[in-house]
Amino acid sequence: MWSLIGVLVVVVGFVLRINPLLVVTVAGLVTGLIARLPLDKILTQFGTSFVVNRYMSLFILILPVIGLMERYGLKEQAENLVSKVKVATTGRILILYLFLRELTSALGLTSLGGHAQMVRPLIAPMAEGAAEAKYGDLPESTRYKIRAFAASADNVGLFFGEDIFIAIGAILLMKGFFDQQHIAVTPLGMAVWGIPTALTALVVHSIRFYRLDGSLRRELTGGTGATTGDQARTATKN
Amino acid sequence: MLLSLNLIYVLTGLVLGVISVLTFMDGRNKKRWSTGLFWGLYAITFLFGQSIPPDIMGVVVILIVILAGFGGLGLGDYGERKKEERVRQAALLKNKLFIPVLLIPLITVLGTVVFNKTTLGGIPLLDPKNQTLVSLGLGGVIALIVAMILTRDTPQRAVNESRRLMDAIGWAAILPQMLATLGALFAAGGVGLAISKIVTDIVPAQNTLAVVVAYCVGMALFTMIMGNAFAAFPVMTLGVAVPLLIHMHGANANTLAAIGMFSGYTGTLMTPMAANFNIVPAALLDLPDKYQVIKAQIPTALILLAANICFMYFLALGGRW
Repeated sequence: MWSLIGVLVVVVGFVLRINPLLVVTVAGLVTGLIARLPLDKILTQFGTSFVVNRYMSLFILILPVIGLMERYGLKEQAENLVSKVKVATTGRILILYLFLRELTSALGLTSLGGHAQMVRPLIAPMAEGAAEAKYGDLPESTRYKIRAFAASADNVGLFFGEDIFIAIGAILLMKGFFDQQHIAVTPLGMAVWGIPTALTALVVHSIRFYRLDGSLRRELTGGTGATTGDQARTATKN
Repeated sequence: MLLSLNLIYVLTGLVLGVISVLTFMDGRNKKRWSTGLFWGLYAITFLFGQSIPPDIMGVVVILIVILAGFGGLGLGDYGERKKEERVRQAALLKNKLFIPVLLIPLITVLGTVVFNKTTLGGIPLLDPKNQTLVSLGLGGVIALIVAMILTRDTPQRAVNESRRLMDAIGWAAILPQMLATLGALFAAGGVGLAISKIVTDIVPAQNTLAVVVAYCVGMALFTMIMGNAFAAFPVMTLGVAVPLLIHMHGANANTLAAIGMFSGYTGTLMTPMAANFNIVPAALLDLPDKYQVIKAQIPTALILLAANICFMYFLALGGRW
């Protein structure tokens, strides 16, 4: 049970809002020391894992493109494009992106989206632009809320779409695990039984985007028709 | 292979190295020495990750953490264009602005789906084990060339613009890699076993619904701790689901696996430990509250966790009302 002290360090550190890098590093050191690993082994572990997991930071390589195109008006053009489409609303754009992200992930095309590739340069500006076209200049807090929802569309679509594809990492991991336990599973069987949750995720998150449109309307047109409960909920999301 | 993952890492290291030099030269950044050193050390992990011994690399990593963790990173001057100027520029290039950005996912997908088996003179074009990552890196390079042709601008300007983005991301950039390290140390320290033991100790094993709730909620919670459902799945499934749900209550393994993993994903939506999905995007989108993406996801995640519990009970175990 002593091994859980590292988890405690993480929870306390995050609650006290200490810099997450320090929290995570101290938690790692503590966990290693409790497991009686010598200090040089712990350092080796830090070095090895950091190098092995460099792939998580490869988005750095596409930032020069994004940054350069932003200098030439990429975000402004994305907002522009959307403002010409009369039926476009923030919620509808995000529902469409969620649907496409989940569908393409289910077909194994998980790299068609992403926060650095799609959300920052295209989806978030479009979602903001649609609200701006309707209500004029947006308060900063509203922009932040729309961006956070845009990022959530990418995550929800990716997570609950990808396991429907039979050759994705998660399915292969589970297949390997059950093979070791001598329990019969098939990639197709696991993928098919993921469909109910995948559809639920699409519906639930789409409803929340639909309601986002309503909360934007109330927020930006002087709060007519808003119930106190809705207002409180909107406030906590900021 | 002709294009290896290490080549992509070296290119990333070069970008970071130039960012480091530009930071050292930026007199407007009050913390230019510590900020520049931070990006420089980070560049070294990409450039020489394979040749530096892991214990020395561990020291480098701790130095990086100290620089960033104690407020050593500052913002500089990036010669940004004003909004009006960007609007004027947008009117010139119009929808051509989207071409480089859309090339990135297009090339990534082409690399993984179409050119994944391409060989030149018997040598594979793309690193066979890392096709997606290599294709992504290649997409970034080709898109940058196209972007420079379209804008007639220079590589230095492009890297300087990426410095603006990297400085805004700051310490969050290396958080995912540090969390992966913590996950490995947690696993070595036996955290998973302790948690699955707690769950099996407190759950009434005869009650199907109670075990279903314990497994699904346990997957979500353990994923929140590890930041990764893949780390939680083997531990929770071996400790709780295989003995209690499959062997004792006769759950369908295919259904259990699919819904169990998805229960873990609802945890991923709610945890800062999944930094690459939740914290880095908040930084990329310039959100002052780094937890705002998580806050937007929590209601959806909780509803989906409840839905998964129902699906597990009724679909995997044939539960009745």
